[in-house]
Amino acid sequence: MYAQLVKSEGSKTREEMTPEEIAFQDRIDRNEKIEPKEWMPEGYRKTLIRQIGQHAHSEIVGQLPEGNWITRAPTLERKAILLAKVQDEAGHGLYLYCAAETLGVSRDELLEALHSGKMKYSSIFNYPTLTWADMGAVGWLVDGAAIMNQVPLQRTSYGPYSRAMIRICKEESFHQRQGYDIMMKMCAGTPEQKAMAQDALNRFWYPALMMFGPSDKDSVHSAQSMAWKIKMNTNDELRQKFVDQTVPQAEYLGLTVPDPDLKWNEEKGGYDFSEPDWSEFFAVIAGNGPCNAERLGARVKAWEDGAWFRDGLMAHAAKASERARAARHAAE
Amino acid sequence: MSSEWPLWEIFIRGQHGLNHRHVGSLHAPDAEMAIRNARDVYTRRNEGVSIWVVRSNDITASSPSEKGPLYDPSNSKVYRHPTFYDIPDEVGHM
Repeated sequence: MYAQLVKSEGSKTREEMTPEEIAFQDRIDRNEKIEPKEWMPEGYRKTLIRQIGQHAHSEIVGQLPEGNWITRAPTLERKAILLAKVQDEAGHGLYLYCAAETLGVSRDELLEALHSGKMKYSSIFNYPTLTWADMGAVGWLVDGAAIMNQVPLQRTSYGPYSRAMIRICKEESFHQRQGYDIMMKMCAGTPEQKAMAQDALNRFWYPALMMFGPSDKDSVHSAQSMAWKIKMNTNDELRQKFVDQTVPQAEYLGLTVPDPDLKWNEEKGGYDFSEPDWSEFFAVIAGNGPCNAERLGARVKAWEDGAWFRDGLMAHAAKASERARAARHAAE
Repeated sequence: MSSEWPLWEIFIRGQHGLNHRHVGSLHAPDAEMAIRNARDVYTRRNEGVSIWVVRSNDITASSPSEKGPLYDPSNSKVYRHPTFYDIPDEVGHM
């Protein structure tokens, strides 16, 4: 989900596949998990590194818009909750980096690719969080959209990715509920507070819909990724599910989804809704969203400012192990 | 490019009486920091009562291509399973 527009390698017909590739595809079709040191097509490995890496980067960059409000949370309890949530996002990023590293890429290589702009993170985190109500909207909509995508990914074919998703899903539901809890509080508050909640929904609705990636008719990489079971549903399927789930929740809050064309369609058993502005989506992905420079700048600064500390701990560890070795030597 | 912190595999005993179980990995400069980081990364919700950390480089794993030679020999030894033996019903539960 946090993985949009992941370029997929490969896409061969069965006739074009080598016997090894056929055996591999058969394992996936039997729902066998693929584990790190086993043979896999190079395209599978590369696509997974891209997807898991992008997912991990999104978790890490995703801390920034919410971190923005930690010092300004309205109560001590809200502050503690927000801290716990942002810490979880860091944890989720770490689970995913670990999973990516089992595919033969190093942590430093992944971070370097993020910092240089070579690898992407989800477009959603390039929008600003202007008011406290945005903390509610982010938890409710952004984490809600993420869960929509991550639940099926628990069944993905790559073992370490699947296990990371299982851990993440266990923790993610707290995130969405805490967001909705903030929205309920604000919607039951003063007219000004309710207006803030409506404003947050207005600003996050379409960016949340964009999280599922482009429309299926423009999504060129889906087929191969779905055959490999590293993508479990199409973008439009998940987007529809998200809208169907979210609209009644907005109604409960007494908020209006900012889409005049939103309408229940009895025949398909789901809502008809307007697509987001895809030119905005592609602009944000290309680096031209409202906060791209700020987000990436904060990441790079944190990495560079922390270099002396990482090096210091390494130097300390090297000295301590040298001292231990010398002590053992002297005792012998 | 500075040197990357080494990778550690993390094993956690979820409850008293259970084995330690592999939960994932993380980077840390030394074993002590690996345990501290593991506490934060893998036990934020009371998931553990004990943590082991092992340098990933120190783990020797069987290779997937050896699957056959390693495990096939046990296939033919059905007499290792209790179901191999027919015990008459009159004998009762055994």
